[in-house]
Amino acid sequence: MEYLIGIQGQDFVLVAADNVAASSIIQMKHDYDKMFKLSEKILLLCVGEAGDTVQFAEYIQKNVQLYKMRNGYELSPAAAANFTRKNLADYLRSRTPYHVNLLLAGFDDTDGPGLYYMDYLSSLAKAPFAAHGYGAFLTLSILDRYYRPDLTRDEAVDLLKKCIEELNRRFILNLPSFTVRLIDKEGIHDLEKLTLGSK
Amino acid sequence: MALASVLDSDCADFSFDKCQPFGFAGGPEHSGLGFESAPGDGLSFSVRNPLCATDEDGVERKIEFLHGTTTLAFKFQHGVIVAVDSRATAGSYIASQTVKKVIEINPYLLGTMAGGAADCSFWERLLARQCRIYELRNKERISVAAASKLLANMVYQYKGMGLSMGTMVCGWDKRGPGLYYVDSEGNRVCGDLFAVGSGSMYAYGVMDSGLRHDLTVEEACELGRRAIYQATYRDAYSGGQTHWLANFCNSKHLITHSLNPRLQSI
Repeated sequence: MEYLIGIQGQDFVLVAADNVAASSIIQMKHDYDKMFKLSEKILLLCVGEAGDTVQFAEYIQKNVQLYKMRNGYELSPAAAANFTRKNLADYLRSRTPYHVNLLLAGFDDTDGPGLYYMDYLSSLAKAPFAAHGYGAFLTLSILDRYYRPDLTRDEAVDLLKKCIEELNRRFILNLPSFTVRLIDKEGIHDLEKLTLGSK
Repeated sequence: MALASVLDSDCADFSFDKCQPFGFAGGPEHSGLGFESAPGDGLSFSVRNPLCATDEDGVERKIEFLHGTTTLAFKFQHGVIVAVDSRATAGSYIASQTVKKVIEINPYLLGTMAGGAADCSFWERLLARQCRIYELRNKERISVAAASKLLANMVYQYKGMGLSMGTMVCGWDKRGPGLYYVDSEGNRVCGDLFAVGSGSMYAYGVMDSGLRHDLTVEEACELGRRAIYQATYRDAYSGGQTHWLANFCNSKHLITHSLNPRLQSI
Protein backbone atom coordinates (compact mmCIF):
# COMPACT_ATOMS: atom_id res chain seq x y z
CA MET A 1 0.00 0.00 0.00
CA GLU A 2 2.71 2.42 1.01
CA TYR A 3 5.95 2.80 -0.84
CA LEU A 4 9.41 3.99 0.09
CA ILE A 5 12.52 4.04 -2.08
CA GLY A 6 16.08 5.18 -1.62
CA ILE A 7 18.99 5.40 -4.08
CA GLN A 8 22.55 6.22 -3.03
CA GLY A 9 24.89 7.97 -5.41
CA GLN A 10 28.53 8.93 -5.10
CA ASP A 11 27.93 12.02 -2.98
CA PHE A 12 24.19 12.10 -2.39
CA VAL A 13 21.21 9.98 -1.40
CA LEU A 14 17.89 10.31 -3.17
CA VAL A 15 14.75 9.22 -1.34
CA ALA A 16 11.07 9.21 -2.22
CA ALA A 17 7.86 8.22 -0.48
CA ASP A 18 4.25 8.14 -1.58
CA ASN A 19 1.84 10.73 -0.23
CA VAL A 20 -1.24 8.72 0.58
CA ALA A 21 -2.57 8.37 4.10
CA ALA A 22 -5.16 5.65 3.81
CA SER A 23 -7.72 4.16 6.08
CA SER A 24 -9.30 0.92 4.89
CA ILE A 25 -10.35 1.77 1.34
CA ILE A 26 -10.40 5.55 1.67
CA GLN A 27 -7.55 7.97 0.97
CA MET A 28 -7.81 10.34 3.92
CA LYS A 29 -4.99 12.58 2.77
CA HIS A 30 -3.25 13.04 -0.57
CA ASP A 31 -0.27 15.06 0.55
CA TYR A 32 0.93 13.23 3.63
CA ASP A 33 4.64 13.48 4.32
CA LYS A 34 6.22 10.24 5.52
CA MET A 35 9.71 11.63 5.97
CA PHE A 36 11.01 12.77 9.34
CA LYS A 37 14.00 15.04 9.59
CA LEU A 38 16.29 13.65 12.27
CA SER A 39 18.99 16.24 11.78
CA GLU A 40 20.36 18.56 9.13
CA LYS A 41 21.57 15.68 7.01
CA ILE A 42 19.54 12.68 8.09
CA LEU A 43 16.05 11.68 6.98
CA LEU A 44 13.96 8.86 8.36
CA LEU A 45 11.25 7.45 6.10
CA CYS A 46 8.68 5.49 8.03
CA VAL A 47 5.70 3.35 7.00
CA GLY A 48 3.71 0.69 8.77
CA GLU A 49 0.95 0.46 11.27
CA ALA A 50 -1.18 3.47 12.00
CA GLY A 51 -0.01 5.34 15.03
CA ASP A 52 3.17 3.31 15.47
CA THR A 53 4.82 5.11 12.55
CA VAL A 54 4.45 8.63 13.88
CA GLN A 55 5.04 7.69 17.52
CA PHE A 56 8.21 5.73 16.79
CA ALA A 57 9.61 8.17 14.27
CA GLU A 58 9.03 11.15 16.54
CA TYR A 59 10.59 9.27 19.43
CA ILE A 60 13.74 8.64 17.40
CA GLN A 61 13.69 12.19 16.09
CA LYS A 62 13.56 13.71 19.58
CA ASN A 63 16.25 11.42 20.91
CA VAL A 64 18.61 12.30 18.07
CA GLN A 65 18.02 15.97 18.79
CA LEU A 66 18.57 15.38 22.50
CA TYR A 67 21.92 13.78 21.75
CA LYS A 68 22.94 16.90 19.89
CA MET A 69 21.90 19.11 22.78
CA ARG A 70 23.70 17.01 25.36
CA ASN A 71 26.91 16.42 23.48
CA GLY A 72 27.24 19.40 21.21
CA TYR A 73 27.51 17.45 17.98
CA GLU A 74 25.14 15.38 15.90
CA LEU A 75 24.83 11.64 15.61
CA SER A 76 26.23 10.26 12.39
CA PRO A 77 23.81 8.46 10.06
CA ALA A 78 25.36 5.10 10.92
CA ALA A 79 25.01 5.75 14.64
CA ALA A 80 21.44 6.97 14.20
CA ALA A 81 20.57 3.87 12.19
CA ASN A 82 22.00 1.59 14.84
CA PHE A 83 20.24 3.53 17.58
CA THR A 84 16.96 3.15 15.71
CA ARG A 85 17.52 -0.54 15.17
CA LYS A 86 18.34 -1.05 18.83
CA ASN A 87 15.07 0.57 19.83
CA LEU A 88 13.14 -1.58 17.40
CA ALA A 89 14.85 -4.67 18.74
CA ASP A 90 14.23 -3.73 22.37
CA TYR A 91 10.53 -3.25 21.75
CA LEU A 92 10.19 -6.29 19.49
CA ARG A 93 9.78 -8.78 22.26
CA SER A 94 7.91 -6.49 24.58
CA ARG A 95 4.17 -6.15 24.90
CA THR A 96 4.20 -3.21 22.54
CA PRO A 97 6.32 -3.90 19.48
CA TYR A 98 6.43 -1.24 16.80
CA HIS A 99 5.25 -2.50 13.46
CA VAL A 100 7.17 -0.07 11.24
CA ASN A 101 9.40 -0.35 8.18
CA LEU A 102 12.06 2.27 7.77
CA LEU A 103 14.62 3.74 5.46
CA LEU A 104 17.23 6.00 6.99
CA ALA A 105 19.17 8.18 4.60
CA GLY A 106 22.00 10.47 5.57
CA PHE A 107 25.18 12.18 4.63
CA ASP A 108 28.19 11.90 6.86
CA ASP A 109 30.91 14.47 6.40
CA THR A 110 33.63 11.85 6.75
CA ASP A 111 32.03 8.70 5.35
CA GLY A 112 29.84 10.20 2.66
CA PRO A 113 26.29 9.22 1.80
CA GLY A 114 24.57 6.24 3.44
CA LEU A 115 21.25 4.46 3.03
CA TYR A 116 20.05 2.04 5.68
CA TYR A 117 17.18 -0.41 5.34
CA MET A 118 15.34 -1.46 8.51
CA ASP A 119 12.22 -3.49 8.99
CA TYR A 120 9.80 -4.28 11.76
CA LEU A 121 11.82 -7.31 12.85
CA SER A 122 14.65 -4.89 13.50
CA SER A 123 16.94 -6.04 10.76
CA LEU A 124 19.43 -3.45 9.54
CA ALA A 125 21.27 -3.40 6.26
CA LYS A 126 23.32 -0.71 4.60
CA ALA A 127 22.43 -0.83 0.93
CA PRO A 128 23.09 1.16 -2.24
CA PHE A 129 19.37 1.13 -3.01
CA ALA A 130 16.31 -0.11 -1.17
CA ALA A 131 12.53 -0.06 -1.21
CA HIS A 132 9.63 -0.92 1.10
CA GLY A 133 6.07 -1.92 0.40
CA TYR A 134 4.31 -3.97 -2.26
CA GLY A 135 5.82 -1.62 -4.80
CA ALA A 136 9.24 -2.92 -3.87
CA PHE A 137 8.47 -6.22 -5.58
CA LEU A 138 7.95 -4.39 -8.81
CA THR A 139 10.83 -1.98 -8.61
CA LEU A 140 13.78 -3.75 -7.02
CA SER A 141 14.58 -5.52 -10.25
CA ILE A 142 14.61 -2.23 -12.11
CA LEU A 143 17.07 -0.92 -9.55
CA ASP A 144 19.19 -4.07 -9.89
CA ARG A 145 19.29 -3.68 -13.64
CA TYR A 146 19.99 0.04 -13.99
CA TYR A 147 21.75 1.08 -10.82
CA ARG A 148 25.38 2.12 -10.97
CA PRO A 149 27.40 3.42 -8.03
CA ASP A 150 28.49 6.46 -10.02
CA LEU A 151 25.02 7.78 -10.86
CA THR A 152 24.69 11.51 -11.19
CA ARG A 153 21.81 13.32 -9.56
CA ASP A 154 19.84 13.57 -12.79
CA GLU A 155 20.39 9.92 -13.61
CA ALA A 156 19.21 8.93 -10.16
CA VAL A 157 16.04 10.98 -10.58
CA ASP A 158 15.49 9.32 -13.96
CA LEU A 159 15.91 5.93 -12.36
CA LEU A 160 13.39 6.93 -9.71
CA LYS A 161 10.98 8.03 -12.42
CA LYS A 162 11.39 4.68 -14.13
CA CYS A 163 10.43 2.94 -10.91
CA ILE A 164 7.38 5.12 -10.42
CA GLU A 165 6.29 4.61 -14.01
CA GLU A 166 6.39 0.90 -13.37
CA LEU A 167 4.24 1.31 -10.29
CA ASN A 168 1.71 3.33 -12.25
CA ARG A 169 1.67 0.72 -14.95
CA ARG A 170 1.46 -2.47 -12.91
CA PHE A 171 0.58 -1.75 -9.33
CA ILE A 172 -3.08 -2.24 -8.61
CA LEU A 173 -3.33 0.60 -6.11
CA ASN A 174 -3.35 4.24 -7.05
CA LEU A 175 -0.36 6.19 -5.73
CA PRO A 176 -0.80 9.51 -7.44
CA SER A 177 2.09 11.47 -6.03
CA PHE A 178 5.47 11.09 -4.36
CA THR A 179 7.56 13.41 -2.22
CA VAL A 180 11.18 13.39 -3.36
CA ARG A 181 14.15 14.65 -1.34
CA LEU A 182 17.88 14.62 -1.88
CA ILE A 183 20.57 14.70 0.80
CA ASP A 184 24.11 15.79 0.05
CA LYS A 185 26.87 17.64 1.84
CA GLU A 186 24.80 20.79 1.76
CA GLY A 187 21.89 19.21 3.57
CA ILE A 188 18.40 18.15 2.64
CA HIS A 189 16.86 19.48 -0.55
CA ASP A 190 13.23 19.20 -1.57
CA LEU A 191 12.86 18.17 -5.17
CA GLU A 192 9.78 18.47 -7.28
CA LYS A 193 6.93 16.15 -6.33
CA LEU A 194 6.46 13.35 -8.81
CA THR A 195 2.83 13.10 -9.80
CA LEU A 196 0.88 10.84 -12.07
CA GLY A 197 1.06 13.07 -15.11
CA SER A 198 4.75 13.94 -14.86
CA LYS A 199 7.22 12.77 -17.50
CA MET B 1 -6.19 1.42 9.87
CA ALA B 2 -8.61 3.68 11.61
CA LEU B 3 -11.86 3.47 9.78
CA ALA B 4 -11.94 -0.27 9.89
CA SER B 5 -11.68 -0.40 13.62
CA VAL B 6 -14.03 2.51 14.14
CA LEU B 7 -16.62 0.61 12.27
CA ASP B 8 -15.97 -2.54 14.16
CA SER B 9 -19.45 -3.65 14.78
CA ASP B 10 -19.70 -5.65 17.91
CA CYS B 11 -23.26 -4.52 18.30
CA ALA B 12 -25.95 -6.95 19.22
CA ASP B 13 -27.00 -8.98 16.28
CA PHE B 14 -29.67 -11.57 16.13
CA SER B 15 -27.97 -13.88 13.71
CA PHE B 16 -25.88 -16.95 14.32
CA ASP B 17 -23.69 -16.42 11.34
CA LYS B 18 -20.22 -15.19 11.98
CA CYS B 19 -20.25 -12.90 9.01
CA GLN B 20 -23.11 -10.95 7.59
CA PRO B 21 -23.25 -8.20 5.02
CA PHE B 22 -23.73 -5.12 7.19
CA GLY B 23 -21.28 -2.96 9.07
CA PHE B 24 -17.58 -2.91 8.50
CA ALA B 25 -15.08 -5.64 8.93
CA GLY B 26 -11.83 -5.46 10.67
CA GLY B 27 -10.24 -4.24 13.80
CA PRO B 28 -6.66 -3.64 14.78
CA GLU B 29 -5.89 -7.27 14.24
CA HIS B 30 -6.95 -7.05 10.62
CA SER B 31 -4.39 -4.33 10.20
CA GLY B 32 -6.58 -2.43 7.82
CA LEU B 33 -5.27 -4.10 4.72
CA GLY B 34 -8.68 -5.55 4.14
CA PHE B 35 -7.30 -8.22 1.89
CA GLU B 36 -7.56 -11.09 4.25
CA SER B 37 -11.25 -11.01 5.09
CA ALA B 38 -13.87 -12.28 2.70
CA PRO B 39 -13.99 -12.32 -1.10
CA GLY B 40 -11.11 -10.56 -2.68
CA ASP B 41 -11.80 -6.91 -2.97
CA GLY B 42 -11.35 -5.83 0.65
CA LEU B 43 -14.80 -4.32 0.53
CA SER B 44 -16.38 -7.10 2.47
CA PHE B 45 -18.58 -6.13 5.30
CA SER B 46 -19.14 -8.30 8.28
CA VAL B 47 -20.58 -8.08 11.70
CA ARG B 48 -19.12 -10.08 14.47
CA ASN B 49 -21.54 -12.32 16.28
CA PRO B 50 -21.72 -11.12 19.87
CA LEU B 51 -22.68 -14.60 20.90
CA CYS B 52 -19.15 -15.62 20.08
CA ALA B 53 -17.32 -15.56 23.33
CA THR B 54 -14.25 -13.54 22.47
CA ASP B 55 -12.68 -11.71 19.59
CA GLU B 56 -9.40 -12.54 17.98
CA ASP B 57 -7.61 -10.26 20.36
CA GLY B 58 -9.27 -11.87 23.36
CA VAL B 59 -11.17 -8.78 24.45
CA GLU B 60 -14.77 -9.46 25.22
CA ARG B 61 -16.81 -6.72 23.70
CA LYS B 62 -20.04 -5.26 24.89
CA ILE B 63 -22.77 -3.58 22.93
CA GLU B 64 -21.69 -0.20 21.65
CA PHE B 65 -23.90 2.19 19.85
CA LEU B 66 -22.16 4.53 17.50
CA HIS B 67 -20.41 2.51 14.84
CA GLY B 68 -23.17 3.22 12.45
CA THR B 69 -22.77 6.89 11.96
CA THR B 70 -21.80 9.59 9.52
CA THR B 71 -19.80 12.55 10.69
CA LEU B 72 -17.95 15.00 8.54
CA ALA B 73 -15.99 18.21 8.80
CA PHE B 74 -14.31 20.48 6.30
CA LYS B 75 -12.36 23.71 6.19
CA PHE B 76 -13.24 26.60 3.96
CA GLN B 77 -12.36 30.26 3.82
CA HIS B 78 -14.52 31.32 6.73
CA GLY B 79 -13.72 28.47 9.10
CA VAL B 80 -14.73 24.90 9.76
CA ILE B 81 -18.10 23.25 9.19
CA VAL B 82 -18.98 20.15 11.17
CA ALA B 83 -22.01 18.04 10.27
CA VAL B 84 -23.19 14.80 11.89
CA ASP B 85 -26.19 12.53 11.89
CA SER B 86 -27.99 11.57 15.08
CA ARG B 87 -28.81 7.88 14.88
CA ALA B 88 -27.58 5.24 17.28
CA THR B 89 -27.98 1.60 16.34
CA ALA B 90 -27.50 -1.65 18.17
CA GLY B 91 -27.25 -4.15 15.37
CA SER B 92 -30.35 -3.61 13.30
CA TYR B 93 -32.27 -1.94 16.11
CA ILE B 94 -32.39 1.83 16.11
CA ALA B 95 -31.69 2.78 19.65
CA SER B 96 -32.08 6.50 19.25
CA GLN B 97 -32.67 9.09 16.55
CA THR B 98 -31.60 12.03 18.63
CA VAL B 99 -28.04 11.43 19.75
CA LYS B 100 -25.69 14.35 20.06
CA LYS B 101 -22.50 13.38 18.28
CA VAL B 102 -20.63 16.63 18.61
CA ILE B 103 -18.88 17.54 21.83
CA GLU B 104 -17.93 21.08 22.64
CA ILE B 105 -14.46 20.74 24.07
CA ASN B 106 -14.37 24.47 24.67
CA PRO B 107 -15.96 27.49 22.99
CA TYR B 108 -13.69 27.28 19.98
CA LEU B 109 -12.91 23.56 19.75
CA LEU B 110 -15.30 20.82 18.71
CA GLY B 111 -14.94 17.06 18.70
CA THR B 112 -17.08 14.63 16.76
CA MET B 113 -18.03 11.17 17.93
CA ALA B 114 -17.84 7.98 15.91
CA GLY B 115 -17.19 4.55 17.31
CA GLY B 116 -17.92 3.77 20.90
CA ALA B 117 -20.03 6.44 22.55
CA ALA B 118 -18.46 5.94 25.94
CA ASP B 119 -14.94 6.04 24.57
CA CYS B 120 -15.60 9.18 22.57
CA SER B 121 -17.32 11.17 25.26
CA PHE B 122 -14.93 10.08 28.01
CA TRP B 123 -11.72 10.83 26.16
CA GLU B 124 -13.02 14.07 24.75
CA ARG B 125 -14.09 15.25 28.17
CA LEU B 126 -10.63 14.34 29.40
CA LEU B 127 -9.24 16.32 26.50
CA ALA B 128 -11.38 19.29 27.51
CA ARG B 129 -9.85 19.11 30.96
CA GLN B 130 -6.32 18.98 29.54
CA CYS B 131 -7.06 21.92 27.26
CA ARG B 132 -8.30 23.96 30.18
CA ILE B 133 -5.20 23.13 32.20
CA TYR B 134 -3.05 24.22 29.25
CA GLU B 135 -4.92 27.51 29.10
CA LEU B 136 -4.46 28.13 32.79
CA ARG B 137 -0.77 27.29 32.70
CA ASN B 138 0.16 29.17 29.55
CA LYS B 139 -2.35 32.02 29.61
CA GLU B 140 -3.24 31.39 26.02
CA ARG B 141 -5.61 29.16 24.14
CA ILE B 142 -4.40 25.77 23.05
CA SER B 143 -3.95 25.28 19.33
CA VAL B 144 -5.97 22.70 17.44
CA ALA B 145 -2.78 20.84 16.58
CA ALA B 146 -1.76 20.60 20.21
CA ALA B 147 -5.22 19.54 21.35
CA SER B 148 -5.36 16.79 18.76
CA LYS B 149 -1.84 15.65 19.68
CA LEU B 150 -2.85 15.42 23.34
CA LEU B 151 -5.80 13.25 22.43
CA ALA B 152 -3.77 11.08 20.06
CA ASN B 153 -1.09 10.46 22.66
CA MET B 154 -3.67 9.64 25.32
CA VAL B 155 -5.40 6.98 23.27
CA TYR B 156 -2.17 5.59 21.81
CA GLN B 157 -1.34 4.25 25.23
CA TYR B 158 -4.45 2.09 25.00
CA LYS B 159 -3.84 0.91 21.47
CA GLY B 160 -4.87 -2.67 20.98
CA MET B 161 -6.92 -2.78 24.16
CA GLY B 162 -10.27 -2.35 22.51
CA LEU B 163 -10.91 1.36 22.44
CA SER B 164 -13.03 2.42 19.52
CA MET B 165 -13.01 6.07 18.67
CA GLY B 166 -12.84 8.00 15.42
CA THR B 167 -13.00 11.69 16.04
CA MET B 168 -12.34 14.94 14.29
CA VAL B 169 -10.93 17.77 16.37
CA CYS B 170 -11.96 21.01 14.73
CA GLY B 171 -11.56 24.59 15.70
CA TRP B 172 -10.04 27.95 15.24
CA ASP B 173 -6.67 29.09 16.52
CA LYS B 174 -4.16 31.78 15.61
CA ARG B 175 -3.17 29.88 12.50
CA GLY B 176 -6.74 29.96 11.25
CA PRO B 177 -9.15 27.05 10.90
CA GLY B 178 -7.81 23.70 12.09
CA LEU B 179 -9.07 20.19 11.42
CA TYR B 180 -7.48 16.96 12.61
CA TYR B 181 -8.68 13.38 12.43
CA VAL B 182 -7.70 11.29 15.46
CA ASP B 183 -8.62 7.69 16.14
CA SER B 184 -8.06 4.92 18.60
CA GLU B 185 -5.63 3.19 16.22
CA GLY B 186 -3.19 6.01 16.74
CA ASN B 187 -3.79 7.91 13.52
CA ARG B 188 -3.58 11.64 13.62
CA VAL B 189 -3.88 13.41 10.31
CA CYS B 190 -4.31 17.06 9.45
CA GLY B 191 -6.52 17.83 6.50
CA ASP B 192 -9.14 19.96 4.84
CA LEU B 193 -11.92 17.44 4.69
CA PHE B 194 -12.75 14.28 6.60
CA ALA B 195 -15.73 11.99 6.90
CA VAL B 196 -15.90 9.25 9.51
CA GLY B 197 -18.34 6.40 10.06
CA SER B 198 -20.18 3.75 8.13
CA GLY B 199 -21.73 6.39 5.91
CA SER B 200 -18.48 8.24 5.34
CA MET B 201 -17.94 7.02 1.82
CA TYR B 202 -21.27 8.35 0.67
CA ALA B 203 -20.51 11.65 2.33
CA TYR B 204 -17.11 11.83 0.64
CA GLY B 205 -18.77 11.52 -2.73
CA VAL B 206 -21.00 14.54 -2.21
CA MET B 207 -18.34 16.57 -0.45
CA ASP B 208 -15.63 16.01 -3.04
CA SER B 209 -17.84 17.08 -5.87
CA GLY B 210 -19.16 20.20 -4.16
CA LEU B 211 -16.29 21.54 -2.08
CA ARG B 212 -14.48 24.75 -3.05
CA HIS B 213 -12.40 26.97 -0.82
CA ASP B 214 -14.41 30.08 -1.64
CA LEU B 215 -17.83 28.90 -0.50
CA THR B 216 -20.04 31.33 1.37
CA VAL B 217 -21.22 30.36 4.82
CA GLU B 218 -24.69 29.43 3.60
CA GLU B 219 -23.31 27.34 0.73
CA ALA B 220 -20.93 25.54 3.05
CA CYS B 221 -23.66 24.75 5.58
CA GLU B 222 -25.86 23.52 2.77
CA LEU B 223 -23.05 21.32 1.43
CA GLY B 224 -22.44 19.75 4.81
CA ARG B 225 -26.11 19.21 5.41
CA ARG B 226 -26.59 17.71 1.98
CA ALA B 227 -23.66 15.33 2.36
CA ILE B 228 -25.02 13.99 5.63
CA TYR B 229 -28.46 13.71 4.13
CA GLN B 230 -27.21 11.69 1.17
CA ALA B 231 -25.19 9.46 3.47
CA THR B 232 -28.17 8.81 5.71
CA TYR B 233 -30.23 8.05 2.62
CA ARG B 234 -27.89 5.27 1.54
CA ASP B 235 -26.51 4.01 4.82
CA ALA B 236 -28.93 2.08 6.97
CA TYR B 237 -26.93 2.84 10.07
CA SER B 238 -27.04 6.62 9.78
CA GLY B 239 -30.08 8.76 10.09
CA GLY B 240 -32.13 10.83 12.43
CA GLN B 241 -31.48 14.52 12.06
CA THR B 242 -28.48 16.36 10.75
CA HIS B 243 -26.80 18.57 13.26
CA TRP B 244 -24.20 20.96 12.20
CA LEU B 245 -22.02 23.55 13.80
CA ALA B 246 -19.95 26.19 12.18
CA ASN B 247 -16.87 27.57 13.82
CA PHE B 248 -15.50 30.56 12.05
CA CYS B 249 -14.10 34.06 11.93
CA ASN B 250 -12.84 34.90 15.38
CA SER B 251 -14.59 31.88 16.74
CA LYS B 252 -17.33 34.13 17.96
CA HIS B 253 -19.88 32.46 15.78
CA LEU B 254 -20.43 28.96 17.00
CA ILE B 255 -23.76 28.07 15.52
CA THR B 256 -25.78 24.94 15.96
CA HIS B 257 -28.46 24.03 13.48
CA SER B 258 -30.83 21.16 13.26
CA LEU B 259 -32.06 19.82 10.01
CA ASN B 260 -35.52 20.74 8.88
CA PRO B 261 -37.75 17.85 10.02
CA ARG B 262 -39.13 17.56 6.49
CA LEU B 263 -35.77 16.26 5.40
CA GLN B 264 -35.36 13.87 8.28
CA SER B 265 -34.19 10.51 7.05
CA ILE B 266 -36.17 7.39 7.64
